[in-house]
Amino acid sequence: MSTAETLQPTPQPMTGTRAATRTGLLIIGASQAGVQLAVSLRALGFDEHITLLGDEDHRPYQRPALSKEFLQGTIESESLIFRSADYWVEHNISVVKGERIVRVDKDADGSGVAHAASGASFPFSRLALTVGARARRMEVEGADLDRVLYLRNADDALELKARIGEAQDVVLIGGGFIGLEAASSLQKLGKNVTLLELGPRLVGRAVGEETAEYFLQAHRARGLDIRLNTNVSRFAADDSGRAVAGVELSDGTVLPAQIVLIGIGVIPNTDLAEQLGLEVGNGIVVDRYSIASDGTTVAVGDCANMPNPVPGSAPGERIRLESVNNAVEQAKVAAYSLTGRREEYAGIPWFWSNQADLKLQIAGLCTGHDQTVIRRDDERGKFSVLYYRGGQIIAADCVNAPLDFMAVKNALASGRNIPAAAAADPATALKTITTDSPTANQPPEGA
Amino acid sequence: MPTVHFTDADGTVREIDGNVGDSVMETAVRNGVPGIVAECGGSLSCATCHVFVREDCFEQLPPMSDMEDEMLYGTAIDRQDNSRLSCQLKLDGDDVFVTTPSTQV
Repeated sequence: MSTAETLQPTPQPMTGTRAATRTGLLIIGASQAGVQLAVSLRALGFDEHITLLGDEDHRPYQRPALSKEFLQGTIESESLIFRSADYWVEHNISVVKGERIVRVDKDADGSGVAHAASGASFPFSRLALTVGARARRMEVEGADLDRVLYLRNADDALELKARIGEAQDVVLIGGGFIGLEAASSLQKLGKNVTLLELGPRLVGRAVGEETAEYFLQAHRARGLDIRLNTNVSRFAADDSGRAVAGVELSDGTVLPAQIVLIGIGVIPNTDLAEQLGLEVGNGIVVDRYSIASDGTTVAVGDCANMPNPVPGSAPGERIRLESVNNAVEQAKVAAYSLTGRREEYAGIPWFWSNQADLKLQIAGLCTGHDQTVIRRDDERGKFSVLYYRGGQIIAADCVNAPLDFMAVKNALASGRNIPAAAAADPATALKTITTDSPTANQPPEGA
Repeated sequence: MPTVHFTDADGTVREIDGNVGDSVMETAVRNGVPGIVAECGGSLSCATCHVFVREDCFEQLPPMSDMEDEMLYGTAIDRQDNSRLSCQLKLDGDDVFVTTPSTQV
């Protein structure tokens, strides 16, 4: 079966609109956050009908593998599907594909009607926005040429896979996770890959300086051509004038490229929230219970801007996290809210990224650190950076070091510490030096 | 078609038909088996698809990689001798019997 077929299918009863049926909860957005919300609600005993509505023509699927295993062809598209068709039917959840909601009319009690571009309408008692984020578009001459691609959803991945055979030279723009993951995958497929980053380092602010430098060196050692501080001035067309043939840099250099893949970040989808009059600012503003400013709508995932849930973060500090883990944890919080309970965000934010043979796992958020400890074991290919604030560990970037990752994640989750001085020796298992009490050099409260 | 027999921490058994080539984790998640979280979707990054494998099934399973071994030290419920991450257990045609821990996170 082709990949297109396996991602596409699912005839009735899952397809089609259900305009006539009023749903208890309408979830707009059928990606990780929306799926988790529906699943968590059923686990909590929520017994009203749920409609999970997505604008893509695919059954709800997982995204992380799109730039990795799926692109490399090591997993089937069927593996990306979240739940079997039977699951949705058995749990009284209608999955609606291919409907794009363009307007929502809502009353103060939380009920209303969502209107789709197709003309279909979806009446609901309660609304959830899990509308995600979209790829940031690059605005430069030639950006609309054929074979200038993005990688955000399954259609993007299917197009890239379908066309990659035509290309030998691929230029990736953006040195973030998507760019590096896709670069590693395309390199593995035998392509001649060049990765361009506008900034002075890789992976923006998602990791610390030392980790960014480690990845730069590691990728270059694996033969990836990475160019930092590099500005693209335009994309050049081939003889037909329609498809890209090269990337011109601001210094006049032209790199041949039969495919250009752009990964320069995402923009949260806030159109519907704005139309509904919800407070918006770097995402849909929600409280710590995932409830938006109207007091009834919940918003979850990449689209939601929430109070920083990490213990010890500054009062009033807000954050929008783009990660599977956040979609899952925030969805659980929202599910409690929708069933009339109030539960705090549980757990510690974490992230992962697999690039070639480099497995990056990040626990916590390194924002505001004042000290780092590096654990490096080149012989075994392991590298970790631990981040501290006031002597308390707050985060870690771990490369091929699951033991370090797990030890830090568990310490953070239980409010414990891993003293910096004792952590410097990479031969010491962090688990064995985790302590209950803060270290001596922690400043007094309020200092 | 191989069947995966999931027993949860309370002793409830769920029998799920799986496909050859799918992992035990995929079989669980697609059918909504409680007790398997699998946040990372099978890329060996989260250690939330921990299972205890019944002794007589051990032989038929793929060997454990160093990475899986390390990840198993971070499971929510401590590993035992028969612990595996179910995302690494591909079905080969035989039934598999596993028990899920009381929590994964």
